[in-house]
Amino acid sequence: MSTESKSSIPTDSEIVFGILNNSENAIKRLYVAYFPMVMQLILNNNGTPDDAKDIYQEAIIVLYNKVKKGDFELNSKLKTFIYSVCRRLWLKRLSQMNRYGGDIHDFNDYLPVEDEVEEQGERDIQFTKMQSALQMLGEPCKTIIEDFYIHNRSMQEICESFGYTNADNAKTQKYKCLQRLKKLFFQQK
Amino acid sequence: MRDEQLIEAIERYLNGEMSAEERNAFEQLRRENAELDTRVVEHQQFTGLLKQYGERVALEKRLNAIHEEIDVHAIAEEVTMHPSWIVQLWRDHHSKISVAASIAIFAVLATLFFTGYLNNNNSYTELSREVGRLNRSTTDMKKDINAIKKGNRVIAAPDKSRGTGFAITSNGLIATSYHVISGADSIYIQDIAGRSFKVKAIYSDPQSDVAILKVIDTTFRGLGQIPYAFKHSESDLAENVFTFGFPQDSPVYGDGRLTSANGLNGDTLDYEISVPINPGNSGGPLLDSKGNVIGIVKAKETRLEGMHFALKSSYLINAIKNIPEDSLTKVPVLNTENSLANLTRQQQVKKIKPYVFMVKVY
Repeated sequence: MSTESKSSIPTDSEIVFGILNNSENAIKRLYVAYFPMVMQLILNNNGTPDDAKDIYQEAIIVLYNKVKKGDFELNSKLKTFIYSVCRRLWLKRLSQMNRYGGDIHDFNDYLPVEDEVEEQGERDIQFTKMQSALQMLGEPCKTIIEDFYIHNRSMQEICESFGYTNADNAKTQKYKCLQRLKKLFFQQK
Repeated sequence: MRDEQLIEAIERYLNGEMSAEERNAFEQLRRENAELDTRVVEHQQFTGLLKQYGERVALEKRLNAIHEEIDVHAIAEEVTMHPSWIVQLWRDHHSKISVAASIAIFAVLATLFFTGYLNNNNSYTELSREVGRLNRSTTDMKKDINAIKKGNRVIAAPDKSRGTGFAITSNGLIATSYHVISGADSIYIQDIAGRSFKVKAIYSDPQSDVAILKVIDTTFRGLGQIPYAFKHSESDLAENVFTFGFPQDSPVYGDGRLTSANGLNGDTLDYEISVPINPGNSGGPLLDSKGNVIGIVKAKETRLEGMHFALKSSYLINAIKNIPEDSLTKVPVLNTENSLANLTRQQQVKKIKPYVFMVKVY
C-alpha cells in the first residue's frame, strides 16, 4: 500500500521474538510500521489523530500481552491482527459515543478478534481500579507499594530511602499500606 | 500467628525465600488449612495484578515515548481521503440533517393538521344563495334558445345569487356581506313589500367580508327612523340573539345564542352563533335581545351542525367609517337610539321588517 511507511517493515517473527526478548527497538519498529494504517482507518471513520493514538496503543498492548503469554500464533499476519483489533476497538468506541453510523470504511481484511478485545477490556477495568486505589492510597504508601511490588526493590533499600530506623518498621508500614490498598481496591465497584 | 507475619510468610513462600525445611512445613500447613490456602492464592493474585499494572504503565510510557517521535500530522495528511466538502458535510452530519428534516416535515404536517388546512375547507360555506349555478346556467341557456326560437326577447335574467342586507341609515345605506355581492354586474334590493331598488356598492372589504351598498334608484324615498342601534362593544357569551333574512322569497326569522366569541379556527373577526341559518341569510343583521345590531350573518360550518358565524358589528362600524367620502352625499350617522329595547320579540321583528332587504345580484 502506498500509504504505508517507507522505512523497512520488520518481519512478523522479528517482532514476536523482539517482544519476547523485551527488545525496545522491535516495539518501536512495530509501532512505526503500522501506525499509518490505523490512522487511516480511524480518520476515515469519524475519528481524530488522538483517537487513532489511543486505539493503536491499546491494540499494541493486546498484541504485546498475547505474545508474552505465548499464544500468538504466526498463522495470521501481524498487520491483519492489529488492524482487526483496532477495527473492533473503534467500533466499540463509536457505539459508546453514539456516533456509529452503521458502516465502517475498511481498508484491509480483518479477523474476528472479539475475545481478545473483550479480555483486554476486562483487564483495563482492573487496571483502572488499581490506578485509582493507588491514587487514593497517597504517599508514602504509594511509593512503598510500587517500589516493593512493581519495581522489585528490596525492603532494605526501601528502608534506607525512606529513612526508617529499622527494617521491621518498614515492613509493618508496608503491611499496613498493602491492607489499605486492598481495601480501597475492593471497595470500588 | 499474627496477620502481618502471615502475609510476610506468604510473601517469602511465593518469592522462594524459604529454606527447604521451612517450605515443606508451610506446604504441609497449606494442605491442611484451607483458609491459609485461600489467603495464599488471594495474595498471589493481588500482587500479580499489581505487578501487571506496573508493567502496563511502563509499556504505555514506552509507547508514548515512541509516539512522540512520530510526525502524526504528516501521517494524518497522507492517509486522509479528501472528498469534496459537500460530501464531507453530508458524511459528518447526515444523521443530524435527517433528524432535522423529519422534524420539519412533522411540524409542517402537524401545523397544517391543527390549523385545519388538511381538512377539506369546502365545508365552510358562505351563505349567499348560489343555488345550483351550473344547473341554472343550463336552464338559462335552454330558455334563451327557446326564446330566440320563438323570436321573443329575453326579458329578465334571473338573479345569480341572493343574500340579505339591512339598512344602516335612513337615506339608503345598506350593509351586507361582501361575498353576496362579489362579482356582481348589478345589484338590486327588494323590500318586504316587493319593491326593488337599484343599488351600487360604495365600499367593500373582502377581508372582513362586509360591503356597503347605496340605493341609487330615483324612486327611493328614504326609510324613516332606523329602529335598531349598533353595538360598538363585544357581546357576551350566551347572549340571546336573533336574525331576520331571506333564505327564501319570504323573510325568515331565526334565533339562538351567541356561543363563542371567536369564529372558525379562532377567527377573532367572527362570533359563533347557534342560530339556524341557511344560504340566503348571508348579510342579514344579527341582533341581541334588546334589538341592537351585534353582527352580520356570514357563514356556516357544514360538517358540524349548529356552527354558524357572524361578523362582529365593530367591523361593520369600521367599514362604515372607511367609506370613501366622495361616494357619500353626507357623512353617515348611525342610529344610537334603540326603539326596540322594551318590546316583545314579535313587535321587534315587526318593526325591523321594513329595514331588511333581499339583495339580488345579477
